[in-house]
Amino acid sequence: MKASILYLFFIILSSLTSANTITVAQKGRINNLGKAIALAKNGDTIIVQKGHYPSYNTIINKSLTILGKDFPVLDAGFREEVITILARQVKLDGFVIKNSKVGSLRDYAGIRIHRTEQVHISNNKLMNNFFGIYISDSKHVSIYNNSTQGTNSAQNSGNGIHMWQCQDIKINNNYSSGHRDGIYFEFVKKSTISNNRSVKNLRYGLHFMFSDDNLYRGNTFKNNGSGVAVMYSKRIRMYNNLFLENWGSSIYGLLLKDISNCDIKHNRFIRNTTGIYMEGCQGINACNNQFLNNGWAMRVLANCVNGEFTRNNFTANSFDVTTNGSLNLNNFNNNYWDKYEGYDLNKNGIGDIPYHPISLYAQLIEQIPQSVMLMRSFMVNLLDKVERAIPSLTPESVKDNHPKMKPWEI
Amino acid sequence: MLDIIRSKVLIAYTALLALISLSIFMSDADVTKGLISITTIVMIIVPLVSIVYATTYYFNASEFTELLVSQPISRSDILWGKFIGIASSILGSYLIGICIPVALFAFSSTGLMLMLSGCLLSLSFVSLAFLASTKTRDKAKGIGMSLIIWFYCSIIFDAIVLLFLFSFSDYPLEKVMIALTAFNPIDLARILILLQLDISALMGYTGALYRDFFGSGSGIAFSLIFQIAWSVLPILLATRTFKKKDL
Repeated sequence: MKASILYLFFIILSSLTSANTITVAQKGRINNLGKAIALAKNGDTIIVQKGHYPSYNTIINKSLTILGKDFPVLDAGFREEVITILARQVKLDGFVIKNSKVGSLRDYAGIRIHRTEQVHISNNKLMNNFFGIYISDSKHVSIYNNSTQGTNSAQNSGNGIHMWQCQDIKINNNYSSGHRDGIYFEFVKKSTISNNRSVKNLRYGLHFMFSDDNLYRGNTFKNNGSGVAVMYSKRIRMYNNLFLENWGSSIYGLLLKDISNCDIKHNRFIRNTTGIYMEGCQGINACNNQFLNNGWAMRVLANCVNGEFTRNNFTANSFDVTTNGSLNLNNFNNNYWDKYEGYDLNKNGIGDIPYHPISLYAQLIEQIPQSVMLMRSFMVNLLDKVERAIPSLTPESVKDNHPKMKPWEI
Repeated sequence: MLDIIRSKVLIAYTALLALISLSIFMSDADVTKGLISITTIVMIIVPLVSIVYATTYYFNASEFTELLVSQPISRSDILWGKFIGIASSILGSYLIGICIPVALFAFSSTGLMLMLSGCLLSLSFVSLAFLASTKTRDKAKGIGMSLIIWFYCSIIFDAIVLLFLFSFSDYPLEKVMIALTAFNPIDLARILILLQLDISALMGYTGALYRDFFGSGSGIAFSLIFQIAWSVLPILLATRTFKKKDL
C-alpha cells in the first residue's frame, strides 16, 4: 500500500516536472519542428499541427515523443535529409516526410536513425525520398505501419527501409514500393519482419546480406525485381509469406545464395517466373509450401547440399524442379506433385513408385533455351513419357520416394 | 450437306470432344490445368479427325462429284461447295464439343485462344485434306497421304526442329525458330495457346523474346495470318489441280 502511494506520487511528480507539451503550428509562435526541439527537454511531447513545414535535416537529439496531427508535411525540397534521430527513446508518429536529396556519394534518407536505441517510428507516409528509413548501428527500433514510396528511377533510387549493423529491429505492417530494395538488411541480427507489403520495387522486395538469425513472416512480395533475396546469411526463418507475380527474365520469387540452416515453411509462391532459386545453399529445410502456376517451381543448383524438401504442394507449374548438374545431394520426400502418374495400390495415400520431378524436357531447355518453343508439343510429351518410364538422361538422385496422392491441406 | 450432319462419324467426333472436355473440367478443380490437358488432346485429335474425315468423304462422294461435273456448274464451285460443307460441319463439331464447354467452364483469354486456334486448325486440316485428295487418284493413297501430313505436322516436324536446335545450338536461333513455326499449323496454334498458359515460364531466358514477339499485337497477327494462309492456300491449290484433273 505504502509502495503504491509512493509510486503514484512519483508519477504525479514526474508528470508535473517533465511532461510538457509543445505545439507547433504553421502560423503559431513555434512554426517549425527544429525550434520546438530546441525548446524541449527530455521526455517532452511535441505535437505538430496540420501544415507544410520545410525540414532540412532536422536533428532530434533529445528523448521526445513527436506526434503529427492530420499528417503534417515535412519537406526537404531535395536539399538535404528530412529528419535525423540521434537520441534514445524517440517516438515519431503521423507525418508525411518527403523529397530528400538524391545523392551518389551519400545515402540521403527520409528518416535517418543513427547509433541509438528504443526508437519507435509509426504511421508515417514517406514519399519521394532517396532512402526511406535508414537505420544504422542501432538496437531495439520498431518501425510500424509506415508506407514508403520511392523515386522509382533505375539510376537514382535507394532502399525503402535500410538497416546496417543493427540488432533487435521490429518491422511490422509497412508498405514499400518504387525503391531499389523494399527492405534491406546488412549485418542485422535477431530481427523480425512481419506483415509487410513490398510491391513493385526495382530490385528485391526484401534483401538480406550477412544477416543472421532473423525471422520474416506473413509478408507479401508482389511484382518486384525479385521477391526476396537471402544472401550470405545463416538461420533465417521464412514463414507464411506470399510471393506473387515476380515476373521476368532472371527474376525469382525467392533467391537464396550461399546461406545455411534456413527454414522455409508455409509460404505460397504464385505465378512467379521461378518460385525458389537456390545456389550454394546448405541445410535448407522447406516444408508445407505451396507452389502454384510458376514457370519453374524450384531451381536447385547442384552445389546445394543437405536440403530437405518435404510436404510441399506442386500444382500447375510449367516445370517442378530443375537443376544444372547430374548429382544432387538433396532430399525430396512426401510432396504432392500434380504431374505424378503413379498408383497407390495399398490406399495409404502415398504413391507406390517414386516420382522424378526433373523432366527430360526441363533438362533440354537447360541446354538449349530456344527449345522452349516446343513446350507442350506431342513430341516433347512423348519424350518425357519415355524418360519417365526408363530414366536415363535425367539425374537419378533427384526423386521423391513417397509422393503424396492428394495435395496437403495448407 | 444433310448427310454430313447425319454422319455417325461426325456425331461420334462431337460426342468424343464434348466427353473429353466435360470430363476434364468436371474431374479437376483447377481450370488452367484442364485447359492444358484439353490443349494437348486438341492438338492431336482435331487435326487427325479433320484430315481423315475430309479425305474419306471426298472419295466416298467421288461418283456424285463426277455426276456434278457433267452438269453446267464450274469445277471450282463444286470443290468449294464441298469444302464449305465439310469445313462447316467439322467446325460445328468443334464448336459444340470444345468451345461450348470451354466457354462455360473456363472463359478467359486462354480459353478464347483455344477456341480460335482450334477452329483455324480444323479449317487448315480440312483444306490440306482436299489438297491431298485432289492430288491422288484412289482412296487408299489419299488417306495415306493425309495421314502422312498429319504425322508430319504433329510429330516429325517437331523432331526435326529439335534435331535442328541440337545441331545448331551455338548460333542465335530465336528468329529462325519463329520463322520455322510458320511451317506447321499445329505449332502455330500451340504457341498461341502456350503464350497464354505458360506465361510465367516464358518470361524467363529466351522465352521472353518469343513472348515479346508472339505476345505483341503484330506477333498474334503474324500467327493468325499464317494459320489462315494454311487454311486458304491448300484449298486454292486443290482448286487449281481439280480444274485440270481428268476425273
